[in-house]
Amino acid sequence: MSFLEVLYFIIPSAIFYAAPLILTAIGGVFTERSGVVNIGLEGIMIVGAASSIMFNLAFADQLGDATPWVGLLIAMVFGIILSLILAVAAVSLRADQTVSGVALNMLGLAIAVFTVKMVYDKGQTDSITERFSRFDIPVLGDIPVIGRMFFVDVYATSILAIIVAVLAWFVIYKTPFGLRLRAVGEHPMAADTMGVNVTKMRYVAVMISGALGGIGGAIYAQSIAGNFGASTISGQGFMAIAAMIFGKWHPLGALGAALFFGFAQALSVVGGSIPYVQDVPDLVLLILPYVLTILALAGFIGKAHAPKASGVPYIKGKR
Amino acid sequence: MEYVIEMLGIRKQFGDFVANDNITLQLKKGEIHALLGENGAGKSTLMNVLFGLYQPEDGKIRVRGKDVKITDPNVANKLGIGMVHQHFMLVENFTVTENIILGSEPTKAGSINIKDAAKKVQELSETYGLNVDPYAKIEDISVGMQQRVEIIKTLYRGADIIIFDEPTASLTPQEITELMQIMKRLIEEGKSIILITHKLNEIMEVSDRVTVIRKGQGIGTVITAETNPTELAELMVGRQVVFKTEKIASNPKEVVLEIDSLSVTDNRGIEKVKNLNLTVRAGEIVGIAGIDGNGQSELIEAITGLRKVKSGHIKLNGKNITGLKPRKITESGIGHIPQDRHKHGLVLDFPIGHNIALQTYYKKPISKNGVIDYKKVNEMARTIIQQYDVRSGEGEMSLARSLSGGNQQKAIIGREVERDPDLLIAALPTRGLDVGAIEFIHKRLIEQRDKGKAVLLISFELDEVMNVSDQIAVIYDGYIIDTVNPQETNEQELGLLMAGQSLQDKNKVGGQK
Amino acid sequence: MSKRLVNILVPLISILLGLIIGAIVMAVSGFNPIDGYVALWNGIFMDTYTLGETIRQITPYVFSGLAVAFAFRTGLFNIGVEGQLIMGWLAAAWVGQAFELPAVLHVPLALLAAAVAGALWAFIPGLLKAKLQVHEVIVTIMMNYIALHVANALIGVISGGEERTEKIHESASLRSDFLETMTDYSRLHWGFIIALLAVIVMWFILQKTTLGYELKAVGFNKNASEYAGMNVNKNIILAMVISGAFAGLGGAMEALGTFENMSKLHASTGIGFDGIAVALLGANQPFGVLLGAILFGALKNGGLNMPSEAGVPTEIVSIVIALIIFFVASGYIIRVALNQFGKKRKEEK
Repeated sequence: MSFLEVLYFIIPSAIFYAAPLILTAIGGVFTERSGVVNIGLEGIMIVGAASSIMFNLAFADQLGDATPWVGLLIAMVFGIILSLILAVAAVSLRADQTVSGVALNMLGLAIAVFTVKMVYDKGQTDSITERFSRFDIPVLGDIPVIGRMFFVDVYATSILAIIVAVLAWFVIYKTPFGLRLRAVGEHPMAADTMGVNVTKMRYVAVMISGALGGIGGAIYAQSIAGNFGASTISGQGFMAIAAMIFGKWHPLGALGAALFFGFAQALSVVGGSIPYVQDVPDLVLLILPYVLTILALAGFIGKAHAPKASGVPYIKGKR
Repeated sequence: MEYVIEMLGIRKQFGDFVANDNITLQLKKGEIHALLGENGAGKSTLMNVLFGLYQPEDGKIRVRGKDVKITDPNVANKLGIGMVHQHFMLVENFTVTENIILGSEPTKAGSINIKDAAKKVQELSETYGLNVDPYAKIEDISVGMQQRVEIIKTLYRGADIIIFDEPTASLTPQEITELMQIMKRLIEEGKSIILITHKLNEIMEVSDRVTVIRKGQGIGTVITAETNPTELAELMVGRQVVFKTEKIASNPKEVVLEIDSLSVTDNRGIEKVKNLNLTVRAGEIVGIAGIDGNGQSELIEAITGLRKVKSGHIKLNGKNITGLKPRKITESGIGHIPQDRHKHGLVLDFPIGHNIALQTYYKKPISKNGVIDYKKVNEMARTIIQQYDVRSGEGEMSLARSLSGGNQQKAIIGREVERDPDLLIAALPTRGLDVGAIEFIHKRLIEQRDKGKAVLLISFELDEVMNVSDQIAVIYDGYIIDTVNPQETNEQELGLLMAGQSLQDKNKVGGQK
Repeated sequence: MSKRLVNILVPLISILLGLIIGAIVMAVSGFNPIDGYVALWNGIFMDTYTLGETIRQITPYVFSGLAVAFAFRTGLFNIGVEGQLIMGWLAAAWVGQAFELPAVLHVPLALLAAAVAGALWAFIPGLLKAKLQVHEVIVTIMMNYIALHVANALIGVISGGEERTEKIHESASLRSDFLETMTDYSRLHWGFIIALLAVIVMWFILQKTTLGYELKAVGFNKNASEYAGMNVNKNIILAMVISGAFAGLGGAMEALGTFENMSKLHASTGIGFDGIAVALLGANQPFGVLLGAILFGALKNGGLNMPSEAGVPTEIVSIVIALIIFFVASGYIIRVALNQFGKKRKEEK
């Protein structure tokens, strides 16, 4: 394969693998900006993946092509429900946010597998038949070189992810909601004195992450995995968090970082077909995304600045 | 309607602690009404009730004659009440305008209309002579300008009644004068002001009436023109207050601390201590006066080994201690009362007894071969607790967190002094403490000096520096601009020095401020 | 209500609430919660075999709980116990089969190897945190996944392409005929004695040594510790390393006792994550961890019986455990409720 052909092969894969990460990372940006650390994104993705697959298997006949899309909506709902547990624990009950996040991951996985076993009597579901389809973007797909890389054989979900990222940027930086969100994450008491309801903002932010994380998990399950089992989601939620940190808590930064991690994931999966890469031992490709995550956190971030009030429950009247 | 605000019989408690007990405050239209009390007396709590951040357990609030329930700051804002907080409620990385419009953002097609907002801020700034830059980021502007942003916040929401909570705590003497002018201007424009403070001279200068609170109780309201600082102090504290600490003349001996051409940079590489020279002798107290941010923190960190020195020397008893590790330096004979006792002085979640061992836990007889004898720790702690009158619920086992600020500070002082250091560094030792604790600590510092120790005092309170020191070294922009004798100077002179005007300039005609 | 009493009641109430909600989940899913919990109980105590297995199950939880608790006490979130445990397991399994030594040397050597492996695996996140202030949560989680893949690759290398390493020599094994016959051929091994020793060691370090004093101080307040002359970086790294060593020893339990080898893992063991629950429930105190480990080890082992006896998937146990964590972490609200309750009692008197 020539270099260009390698690119044609790997870039679409990278974007495709990145889409779930992008959405989940954006969800993380919302919560962290409001001052809530959400380690539980992995659990939310799991719940989103499981619910969308189960829905897909059950209703594929009735809904045909639209099935995966409705699956996204279902995943969104369940993601929000799971995230509410974190919201109640961390925001209202002032539980430690990291611990709550870890517990949420356990809970999400356990509930998902429990439900699958109950419904199907086995630990792994069958594969779905209605997946997301690819299509070519008219006009843009005809551009030489770039057209074939970015606009041909594209998943609609990838486009969705990018749109959400841009929308998130607008909301966070240009709207009153975004200003208040950021204020709550930086200086909740100041926001409180200006009449902003800190608790409500944080709940909303956590629910947004539940929605986006659920959709992210559903996209992963319905486009990449094709079914659901205990090991379907293995670290993608954490990678999304790393992407968020790497992107300095900025939606567009998170987008870029997630694309980078998507690239690493793609390499580990399809690398076997690429010259040069296929000579690299399997182990290296397998651990590549995780090592890159660590390097990203260590090398490029070091002293990045999370929102000032991140991780600290807001208690009225505390000086 | 004579009164624009009436707070009648207000009671506010937090659990078992009664912060406000049946307090009455009445604000006339167009007056500056001072609310006077010591730290912890309940002034801020009362105003937080008025501003809607707290709900009172009992009592009534009337605004312009009508009974109201102020359930949150939005309600307060609607009633025309605004608050300029003591600890600024500003988001550091937002701009001035963003901070002002937060919660009431003007919009255009869903997004914030920053241009319109900035224009309005500019207008307000000009009308009231407030001089702020709408597009500057809070983290880049001076403390004085930050406070003016807080003032505009209230005006933007149409406040007629403005509460100032300890507004002069972090201002330079010049900025304080400016603030007084601004307050008078606000009154001219029809506002009414409540001024919370414990600074008697400010009350005398600018207020019309004073309400005094002591330990949660309302003591009474007096007309400023008919009273004086001594009377106010007595009302505030409940007994006669002596303003000057008794001390015999100092008799300084050999040089203990010698700092020579010291230069130190901060975390961003900016030089904060510039070629500084300073000496402290045994048997004298040298007080460093200066405005926060002129290099005091970096100087102390350099002396105690917490920060690298760029150039220059620090000698203790003739021995060069420049650049040594903190533990080696403290072992050489330095005791240090840090300026932020919660951050640097104590491990709040340790029992106070363990905190008292913070400098000695690794040494014999407390520990041997890596094993700590906690019996000895507690014994030593008990002795110090008794000698230094540290009050705590469960003696040496009480968590440091549960002690009051004054008692925490006494424990720290006990710990440092009992190590018998040759040089005692006291950084803001009485910050946030009540008059009783302040007296105690000043006595102890003088005691050390009388024993022949060297004491280096750093403080932002001019009263304290003038009262306690034998020599005052004024720090400005990282160097000692001048050293004066407290008996031969006054606040105005010190204020000038702190602002960078050396005494030679004092005689220049027509200076601008 | 005294603080001590509240501190004990909060975990107890959390467990109760967790079990109640677990029952609700079972009921809603069409199972009989009573049957489910009876199966759970039986899975713990039914006969000597079950009891032996239960104690065996508890053993690695003690270590993972101690590891998490130790790190927590010094201000660090060691979510990487899972990976450290895997590396310890591998190291012990390798030493167990690669050398021929008398038992009195072989067992300690294998244990040492496990502790060192776990410690090294924890050293990396510790170093990154100390030197670059990188938050240890994500790094340790990534290290878990890396450990999984690396261990699997190394198993392939050590075993010459097989799916599992060779069985360890008897001289390295923690099993004993005595225990086997006592418990009807369960896999119970002497590891539980080592676990008890580990509890005492942690208690001693934290409560009696200058090291413990420094680690706690650094965990509570880095600034004050620096002021007091402590080497903050050294202490952060040391805390992670010791924590990793405990985790590695947990892995040794599996290598030298439960399985006597190491097979390739297709998913994480879960012991590390459950260690978080154990530590939380035990309030990060060594003896609390022991109690917490007993509870969770029992639940986990009992849960294995639930599918066969009551048809309930074992995941219900994980659900209950996760819920218990939530309740303990939200302990504040239980404390408030208890305080109100205590007040009411006072008023009535």
